Amino acid sequence: MLKINVYDRDSITPLRSLMTNIGSLLASLLAIGIVFFLCGVNPLYAIAKIFTGSFGSMYGFKETITKAIPLILIGGGLALAFRAKFWNIGAEGQLLMGALMGTWIGLTWGSSIPSSILIPIMFAAGFIGGAFLGLIPAILKIKFSINEVISTLMLNYICAELITMLIVGPWKGNTRFGFPGTNNLNDAALLGVISGSRIHYVTLIIAIISILILSIIVYRTRFGYEVRVIGENPEAGKYAGIDFFKTTLVIMTLSGGLAGVAGVGELAGIHHYLGYPASISSGYGFTAIIVAWLAKLNPIYVLVSALFFAGILVGGDAIQISLGLPGATVQIVNGILLVFLIMGDYFLKHKVIVSFANNDSKIACAAKK
Amino acid sequence: MKKIQKLEMVNISKSFHGNFANKDINLHINSGEILGLLGENGAGKTTLMNILYGLYQPDSGEIRINEKHIKINSPIDSIHHGIGMVHQHFMLIQNHSVIENIALGYEKTPFFFPKIRIHDKVVEFSEKFNFAIEPYKKVWQLSAGEQQRVEIIKALLNGADLLILDEPTSVLTPQEIKELFRILKDMKAQGHMVIIISHKLDEIMEICDRVTVLQKGRISGHADTALMDKRSLARMMIGREVLFNVNREPLPKGELVLKVSNLHVVGNKGVPAVKDISFDIYANEIFGIAGVAGNGQKELAEAITGIRPVKSGSVFAGSKNITNMSPRKIYDHGVSHVPEERIKFGIAPGLFLYDNAILKQHHLDKFSKNIFLEYGRIKKHTRSLIDSYRVATHSIDVQIKNLSGGNIQKLILGREISENPPLLVASHPTYGLDVGATEYLREQLLKRRREGGAVLLFSEDLDEIFELCDRIAVMFQGEFTGVLDSSEREKLSDIGLMMAGAIRY
Repeated sequence: MLKINVYDRDSITPLRSLMTNIGSLLASLLAIGIVFFLCGVNPLYAIAKIFTGSFGSMYGFKETITKAIPLILIGGGLALAFRAKFWNIGAEGQLLMGALMGTWIGLTWGSSIPSSILIPIMFAAGFIGGAFLGLIPAILKIKFSINEVISTLMLNYICAELITMLIVGPWKGNTRFGFPGTNNLNDAALLGVISGSRIHYVTLIIAIISILILSIIVYRTRFGYEVRVIGENPEAGKYAGIDFFKTTLVIMTLSGGLAGVAGVGELAGIHHYLGYPASISSGYGFTAIIVAWLAKLNPIYVLVSALFFAGILVGGDAIQISLGLPGATVQIVNGILLVFLIMGDYFLKHKVIVSFANNDSKIACAAKK
Repeated sequence: MKKIQKLEMVNISKSFHGNFANKDINLHINSGEILGLLGENGAGKTTLMNILYGLYQPDSGEIRINEKHIKINSPIDSIHHGIGMVHQHFMLIQNHSVIENIALGYEKTPFFFPKIRIHDKVVEFSEKFNFAIEPYKKVWQLSAGEQQRVEIIKALLNGADLLILDEPTSVLTPQEIKELFRILKDMKAQGHMVIIISHKLDEIMEICDRVTVLQKGRISGHADTALMDKRSLARMMIGREVLFNVNREPLPKGELVLKVSNLHVVGNKGVPAVKDISFDIYANEIFGIAGVAGNGQKELAEAITGIRPVKSGSVFAGSKNITNMSPRKIYDHGVSHVPEERIKFGIAPGLFLYDNAILKQHHLDKFSKNIFLEYGRIKKHTRSLIDSYRVATHSIDVQIKNLSGGNIQKLILGREISENPPLLVASHPTYGLDVGATEYLREQLLKRRREGGAVLLFSEDLDEIFELCDRIAVMFQGEFTGVLDSSEREKLSDIGLMMAGAIRY
């Protein structure tokens, strides 16, 4: 009879952790290769194309960095939230809310306030907007035990529809020839880019500083300690008298706020006006979930994994164009990667033994566990 | 014709990680008998029955049915042999109807239209034993007693001649207990045999023909209930005449440390768990609370340390009212806590040893400056904890889950008493530890007492209670059945009866 016994691993060495991650990546590339093969494309060529498209040329690399900016900001915030086991799936909405707030400030004061004051105000407003949206599910969860996965996910749609309503209604710009969207922001509200690229460096700097601050918060402060305790064992958190309400509010203020900042960056650095939600963010809020996960919820590693996934986004665009694959390919690639990484995590923490023998003592051992 | 006329367990032994849970157990049961399996928590009753039901394999010994040796490899085998078990926690799917749950557990459920085709059979069985159950009701709409009856039907339908009930009355109301006993008597009249696991003397006396008493994994006696009185049964359960340790030097009664007045606490299921309890604890004293688990000790400990809300009544630490304060504030007011289930409550398993060494204390000025943690001082403190409390570890940079239970417990105890708090609440501090660690931890508690601290000790281990405590309260169904001084030997020898709620002082 086929028997599957699962044991907890006693200790996990860094080497095993690394090897498991590499193994999961290779396994996921294999699965992705099968998908490509079924689409009638040479899988090796397509996978190579993804990486040469994003890291192989100067142009591709600049694009990769551009797309990494929102992923770093959001991924860092999500790493914090996930560490406390608060499953924030609403970063997409929080990003949009940030963009919305940024637009509001930019449109209202764009012509009357100098850039050096206006830009910080826009970022602050974006932070507040994202944080506000993040706080709603936090309060709902602690006060009414409402599952945060559902509430954060639903708020994404509410935000997207709110923006759609604004851009076809009250905020519709008179320079858009009747198309939905606001007018372009005044030049004072726009972010500078590194010449010859779309890298809005102000946001990039903010993102890197945020990551540094986040890692200090997580590993060096009382609050970070409480976050780690709650995430490891909520019962111990309760026993230690950690105030879950306060802690969760701070976590979601930071997590939502950083997504909001990313929204302002996208708006003022790339698009320059508020258009359809799908064009403001190409699913960064969701991709960042994988970014945070691949980084093992460590803010510093987010820098690396954000770059990696930005590369896949850019590479995905490249294979769409050169191989004529459908636009959903990138999402399939991302999805497969996430599934394999989570599976790898399971095998990292547990030892699974499949045996065909009918061995009494093993069964008894498993039953006891 | 019943499949089982006589069942015997012969010389059954079973150990886990070198500690035996059952040692040379012999018992037998005949058709039409109800056998009680009596013993304290951890006496090995449930392990023994899990062996009979095929969940565990015994290390040695054998099971015989009708004088023939049989091998039970899994619950499927035991069901084939006519053995059924109703666990303490029901294994029912709440959102499914009664008949769906029964169909799920029934071996011969047809693939198509199962509900319609087994309906008659279910009705037949429930009429036979007057179960009064509506087959199409959802399980979540049923009372605990009705859910138990569904479990019994499940077992009977699979042809169980021998029914094992694990603590069947623990979740029932007195009315439902009566109803259960009537059903069991009907089953007995029809030649079924029943084994009831229990630690409640009154019930064993009422329903069982014979009783087998387990104590620390061994048989301490068999008896016909008709020939026994409760007092001698209680002695058998505790296993000996109560012995008293006199190594504890007398100390003068110190200041009032904790005052609990008319405390009421509600348990997890919304039922009252602690009912109108009042007591005082003084410095230089260890105050013990004995009793069988599940009589409100956990809720009492949690209410005092702030983890569980107090419904009414008050808790004072010295002169300060700490009722319903947060656990951290209560700690700051001098009440520390070694929680029961140390892995579940006392540590964050994936964090490093030094992170765990300051749980609950990380906000203190010694370990943090403003918002930042002072890891230098934290690590220094951890090293001194490890030295003073003999925590065996090669480094403090390891995840605490890699330590053994005894070492984790030493670290927790060290963490909780290193600041010399006036009161330590310790719940089952030595549960599951080896002899060496147990002795060491007990010494530390006595040391706290000598140094002028007070300890509120919850324990199921009577040896521990007698060895350590100056005063002993016995808890039964949320109330104290008595608070005795350790010098009242006469009364203390009846502690078994007090634990079973049979007498009060």
